[in-house]
Amino acid sequence: MELEFEPPYLYPDYRSTVLRAPQRPLVRLPDHWFESAPGPAFGRIPVRPEDADLTRQHAGEPLGERIIVSGRVLDSDGRPVRGTLVEIWQCNAAGRYVDPADQHPAPLDPNFTGAGRCLTDDQGRYRFVTVKPGAYPWRNHHNAWRPAHIHFSVFGTALAGRLVTQMYFPGDPLQAHDPIFNSVSDERGRRRLVAAFDPELTEPEWALGYRWEIVLRGRQATPREA
Amino acid sequence: MEGPTPSQTVGPFFGFAMPFPDGPRADAEGTRVEGQVLDGAGEPVPDALLELSQDGQFARCGTDPEGAFHFVVRKPAVAPGEAPHLEVSVFARGVLRQLQTRMYFPDEAEANAADPVLALAGDRRETLIARQDQGALRFDIHLQGEHETVFFEL
Repeated sequence: MELEFEPPYLYPDYRSTVLRAPQRPLVRLPDHWFESAPGPAFGRIPVRPEDADLTRQHAGEPLGERIIVSGRVLDSDGRPVRGTLVEIWQCNAAGRYVDPADQHPAPLDPNFTGAGRCLTDDQGRYRFVTVKPGAYPWRNHHNAWRPAHIHFSVFGTALAGRLVTQMYFPGDPLQAHDPIFNSVSDERGRRRLVAAFDPELTEPEWALGYRWEIVLRGRQATPREA
Repeated sequence: MEGPTPSQTVGPFFGFAMPFPDGPRADAEGTRVEGQVLDGAGEPVPDALLELSQDGQFARCGTDPEGAFHFVVRKPAVAPGEAPHLEVSVFARGVLRQLQTRMYFPDEAEANAADPVLALAGDRRETLIARQDQGALRFDIHLQGEHETVFFEL
């Protein structure tokens, strides 16, 4: 068994888990079953090149700190996962989601939707341009605030690799108080959720760069030798 | 690099980003599947995202305020020895890592009786089999409670 840092289903500090976590034991399938089951064929989800730049989806530019978020999608052997779909969504720089369900009284930005998609390249790389999302309050407990984060959805090649997670920013003091982040009990696992500021990725006079590597569960089939 | 990236909840605010045009319809010629996602209090889960896949099909649907979803999918071809089924992933606010289950078909009694995964589900196997409900298949997902759906260890 490889090292894993997955959160539990029941984590009472995150209140919504209490009525939504299964109470019966999960059924265990034969070993490696999810590693060998093919991942969902996501080809029907449309991906246009402009979907990777969240700052150019409207007539004007969104307010906020312009950032570049990039990294590789790797399998558990560290091999690049090529041509896989990466989807992101986030709130705007003021901490407000476009989603009508979000009632936080912070301003919407007419120039920002906050959703993007791209396919990884031959090195397994993805790259998005966006603005840094703000923190926002939620009603989990008194004075609860979510640290800044970008939601990520990644497919991979096997069902085991299907990953929905959140990327956080380095040095955010709200992380220590956030039950969703802290549902990952092992500090090494939490570290995996935090991007690194990267001067190499940063573009002068333009945007700060954050690097975030994503490692999916499971190994890809070894390519057959010619 | 040690271990895979951990999961985090999809949260409540994915509705403007994750649905895609015709997402619930994997095969226009397929069968309509309808259901509801319910929590441990029997209340509808209005912010779940479901994905169905198998045999080259993929469909995605968010639940509505009544926790309801629908799909149009064909009965997939599967490996010999297995009964036809769809892989079902459930993402939701309050679900820190996706819940993985399966939907089997009610008109496959013989194949279902021989299916090794249904056998592992024991006396809870019925939670994995859709029921015929007039023109559609009905497949409810109970996250908890007396009728808790069987979920698989990922």
